[in-house]
Amino acid sequence: MKVRTPLSAAAMEPDEGGRYGVYGGRYAPETLMAPLEELSRAWDRLRRKRTFQRRLNHLLEHYVGRPTPLYFAERLTEHLGGARVYLKREDLLHTGAHKINNALGQVLLAKEMGKTRIIAETGAGQHGVATATAAALLGLDCVVYMGEEDMRRQRLNVYRMQLLGAEVAPVDAGSQTLKDAINEAFRDWVASFADTHYVLGTVTGPEPYPRMVRQFHRVIGAEARRQLRRLAGTPDPDVAVACVGGGSNAMGLFSAFLDRPDVLLVGVEAGGRGPGPGDHAARFSGGTLGVLHGARTLVLQDEEGQVVGTHSVSAGLDYPAVGPEHVFLHEQGQIEFTSATDQEAIEGFHLLSATEGILPALESAHAIAEVTRRAPEMEPDRVILVNLSGRGDKDVESVLEYDGASGAPGGGAE
Amino acid sequence: MSARRKRRSNSAITAAFSRCAKRKRSAFIPFLVAGDPSLEATPDLLRALVAGGADVIELGVAFSDPIADGPTIQRGSHRALAAGSSLSAVLGIVERHREELGVPIVLFTYYNPVHARGVDAFAAQAADSGVDGVLCVDLPPDEGLRELQPALEQRGVDSIYLIAATSTRERIDRAAAASNGFVYYTARSDVTGEREDLIPTLAREVKRVRRRVRLPVAVGFGISTPRQVEEVAKVAHGVVVGSALVRLVEENAAQPDLAARLERRVGELTEPLRD
Repeated sequence: MKVRTPLSAAAMEPDEGGRYGVYGGRYAPETLMAPLEELSRAWDRLRRKRTFQRRLNHLLEHYVGRPTPLYFAERLTEHLGGARVYLKREDLLHTGAHKINNALGQVLLAKEMGKTRIIAETGAGQHGVATATAAALLGLDCVVYMGEEDMRRQRLNVYRMQLLGAEVAPVDAGSQTLKDAINEAFRDWVASFADTHYVLGTVTGPEPYPRMVRQFHRVIGAEARRQLRRLAGTPDPDVAVACVGGGSNAMGLFSAFLDRPDVLLVGVEAGGRGPGPGDHAARFSGGTLGVLHGARTLVLQDEEGQVVGTHSVSAGLDYPAVGPEHVFLHEQGQIEFTSATDQEAIEGFHLLSATEGILPALESAHAIAEVTRRAPEMEPDRVILVNLSGRGDKDVESVLEYDGASGAPGGGAE
Repeated sequence: MSARRKRRSNSAITAAFSRCAKRKRSAFIPFLVAGDPSLEATPDLLRALVAGGADVIELGVAFSDPIADGPTIQRGSHRALAAGSSLSAVLGIVERHREELGVPIVLFTYYNPVHARGVDAFAAQAADSGVDGVLCVDLPPDEGLRELQPALEQRGVDSIYLIAATSTRERIDRAAAASNGFVYYTARSDVTGEREDLIPTLAREVKRVRRRVRLPVAVGFGISTPRQVEEVAKVAHGVVVGSALVRLVEENAAQPDLAARLERRVGELTEPLRD
């Protein structure tokens, strides 16, 4: 097994400007600098404050449902005939995905900052639902920006947010998807930051978002290590796998293993319909260095620097850029990136449903797809840890539609 | 430093502001998105801006994700991209028409198109095309001083930075020290777009900035009527009007006399600036 050179603790933190090597930073209009600087200061103050940590941990335990189980997927392991597969069950969290870790953390932070209004962007709706939930819990107003195209695709989540008291604001600009919703949330924030906090949903965006969102998700990897020690006899898996849209669930899992050189870290992007332009969201194979939403990172763009369309069967991975720390860690040889196509993800969805009785989110199904490729090649005493970042209830309609179009359940998976 | 100062005083942008100062009036700085409604129409529209009384032109480079812009300029960018506009096309327009137009041109762009080209290649092409200044909306001096400014400076192209109502004194000083030609003060903590009223504290805010900045201060965001131009001109060295003109282009895109209508509107807007 390939061994990494572990990063020093210092190299894992961004510099003062929020840069990881040459990635990240704060590429924002001057009108956004005041709220961003205010947020950086507030976060640096609160992340060390014991009362804040205690309040967050209390809610994570009693409201959100942490720690989440680590589960040995025995039948899936048997089926694949190789390494033992362990699932980190973030899908069992309140609201159905890891997103709540960050949403609750940020809304709590906003409340401490004296903000009375929360805004957020959402693609599939998971981050929007998580943020609306946290805002309802803490009694803050909430507006969630969502592309009109995504609102059509995710009608149920729109209604869920409305039930939670949030206003869902349709975005009809551009491609009417996640990236346009982020644009619109920034536009709102420029004019509203005196009383409003913007809860960005992943490890992208300008400083301090990447490091702040990562911190709220670190609990995933930290718990998994403790649980693996008990369950598998070793805290360190041979391979840790997570899907990567913006990259928050992956960063949460991987952050616990960056100083463990013998753990191979694998991020799985959306391969969509294939490698053609506009057909996927695989930034590490199809992207080039660019600057989007405040960070220098890999971006799917044309030669003139215009951001191009993306496609994935899973809305949560359907984003043209990726968290800057992922690009840095990839460059440092710390994380490997691969991709799974729509078809492979759907097959992963069916496989986990049938063997374990667990419907994974289509995002997480991309990680399962990678496991199905990797586990059979490994010895039975090896351990693969997978972040099951969300549950698939929200995707049943999409899978039904996909299977209908391709003619067979699982598109002939089994 | 002395070389820089010397070049500053020589730049066409500086000269334009000096000319206006001598006549005791503010500079008028109209904004259009290059390629809106078409690349072919743009040169005529630029001529109309000059004929209407533009002292400096802000030429917008369309970008797929314009987070600092309100709906009007978003739609303008969208039309321009659909019509095939790009940074390459904009540089081509400047190259062919800058001399004939006779007024300085500031590219108003997001950073990604510049970054995609490579800052050195961009700086060289901008200078060769006759671009006088560059304002990257999402490249504050924190990043711009390291990344883009050295290349522009070497080629004699001015860097213009934004100052916002919410900018701290430290940030105002940083933007002022980094800019050449002029600084751009955003009259509103908001995205671009027309507004019925100026904010009541604008005059005081602009004076606050002017006290700290030696360069001319241009004010934009939310200015759309002759009356507003007149108000802002009382306190600012330059007045920027964007969305109102982009909307005029939008509403008259199909009219054969679009350029004449634009010229007329610019004439109305510059009227308060004439003696």
